[in-house]
Amino acid sequence: MKKNSRFAGFYMGLIFFLMYLPIAVVIVFSFNESKLPVKFTGFSLKWYQELIHDRAMLEALVNSLILGVLSCLVSAVIGTLGAVGLSRIHWKSKGALEYISILPLMIPEIILGMVLMAFFYMLNLPFGMLTLLIGHTVFCVPYILMEVKARLAGMDPALEEAARDLGAGPFRAFWDITLPLIMPAVISGSLLAFAMSMDDVVISIFVNGPRLSTLPIKVYTQLKTGVTPEINALCTILLAATLIIFIVYSLITKKKK
Amino acid sequence: MKQYRNLIKPYLVWAFVVIVIPLILIALYAFTEDGNEVLTFSFTLENFRKFLEATYMSVIFKSFKLGILTTVICLGLGYPLAYIISKCPEKSQSLLILLVTIPEWINMLLRTYAWMNLLSDNGIINHLLGLLGISPVTMMYTDFSVVVGLVCNFMPFMIIPIHTSLSKMDKSFIEAAYDLGANKFQTFTKVIWKLSIPGVLNGIMMVFLLSISTFVIPKLLGGGQYMLIGNLIESQFISVGDWNFGSAISLILAVLILIFMSLMKKMDKDE
Repeated sequence: MKKNSRFAGFYMGLIFFLMYLPIAVVIVFSFNESKLPVKFTGFSLKWYQELIHDRAMLEALVNSLILGVLSCLVSAVIGTLGAVGLSRIHWKSKGALEYISILPLMIPEIILGMVLMAFFYMLNLPFGMLTLLIGHTVFCVPYILMEVKARLAGMDPALEEAARDLGAGPFRAFWDITLPLIMPAVISGSLLAFAMSMDDVVISIFVNGPRLSTLPIKVYTQLKTGVTPEINALCTILLAATLIIFIVYSLITKKKK
Repeated sequence: MKQYRNLIKPYLVWAFVVIVIPLILIALYAFTEDGNEVLTFSFTLENFRKFLEATYMSVIFKSFKLGILTTVICLGLGYPLAYIISKCPEKSQSLLILLVTIPEWINMLLRTYAWMNLLSDNGIINHLLGLLGISPVTMMYTDFSVVVGLVCNFMPFMIIPIHTSLSKMDKSFIEAAYDLGANKFQTFTKVIWKLSIPGVLNGIMMVFLLSISTFVIPKLLGGGQYMLIGNLIESQFISVGDWNFGSAISLILAVLILIFMSLMKKMDKDE
């Protein structure tokens, strides 16, 4: 194989530049003094201050955090049990079940969103935190389930059998042997689910109801009206939060190997 | 192992309630009349007939056009990048792939919004053009801005699978091609490209599916009046309130996607 030419390096740099330029612009202009996002007139934190005093925004942030934590906890339980259960059954329908388990990631989000909206309406569920929570588990569970399943596949079944042979009950063997072994996958899957939940716009739009709004929904409604420096500041904070989650996630998955 | 079977029960209940039942429900909606009570279904094909009207067909047509355009651009820009990355030393490869994936972790709204900053009428690009003495160009709320947004959002989904199949490739095939006298161009078209086709097909499938079903990006970068299939479905549910018609469109979209996916799978097998 020949090494890359200088042109190749230039091309790569250009594409990365285009990928990261818009994001860099958002960060830079969040610290801009002037309201117009074209010229940097001076360093200022005033948009961040304005953001902190924005009640509705803070409320949306709290809603998002509650929702993110709840949906990742609930999904961690359901997803982990599902992965462990799937690896133990030998039913004829196993193939179909495995197909269903990744279905939510294959169906376009918009279809998932409207399907859930119609379903909740039919059940007469009040739209709000509960519907958002159920809606978010739909795409959070598959992530956790996949991570745990991959981890289980690489696990030596003899470990658990040994525990059983030594007299541990099935519950004890699961709790003391299997669970600690799959824990890294549960945690990394949950982090991924948390990030997805904090980011979700499409499904939330359909199931959030008129009163409650999450941070992404709030941003979305504001964006439809145009660009403001306050949004730049908010996006920069979100970006920092995402990067922290991402770093923690990659540290955990690296350790796993 | 029997004792563990019960573990799966909560998952089964969940999957059945939130995935299987709602999907069946939508199919029912699509084939029934507006304003139906749950228990008195009267079946109709009206929702599908309505779909054949010119206004709706043009939305479908436009969605496919933009979807294909986005996919082609992503392939054209992404393949060389994946190829270049696969030729880098192992260590820098994982770093470069990380650089490709990081934007996917960033909120889609944020990435889309970032382009609004650049492309708007009094945005940065027009400001720079103004400094050069060029009169402002309208870029926001056009097909151009929508395609830019789609390409930037979905490019990693093209690069990653192509890179995976390129880096998995047995390098001795390439050496063999050179040894047998093939030049650079022949080696690429007859060996490298052929071996990377599974990755290319995967990438095409992902990018096309994502770009044909999105509604947030076209809404933000194309403006409120911009209509793709996703926007049509969203408006039927959120603002118009014709759920039966909305369900019918979703069903058609789902069927189109299934057809597309099986075509791709078939091509993959033929290769």
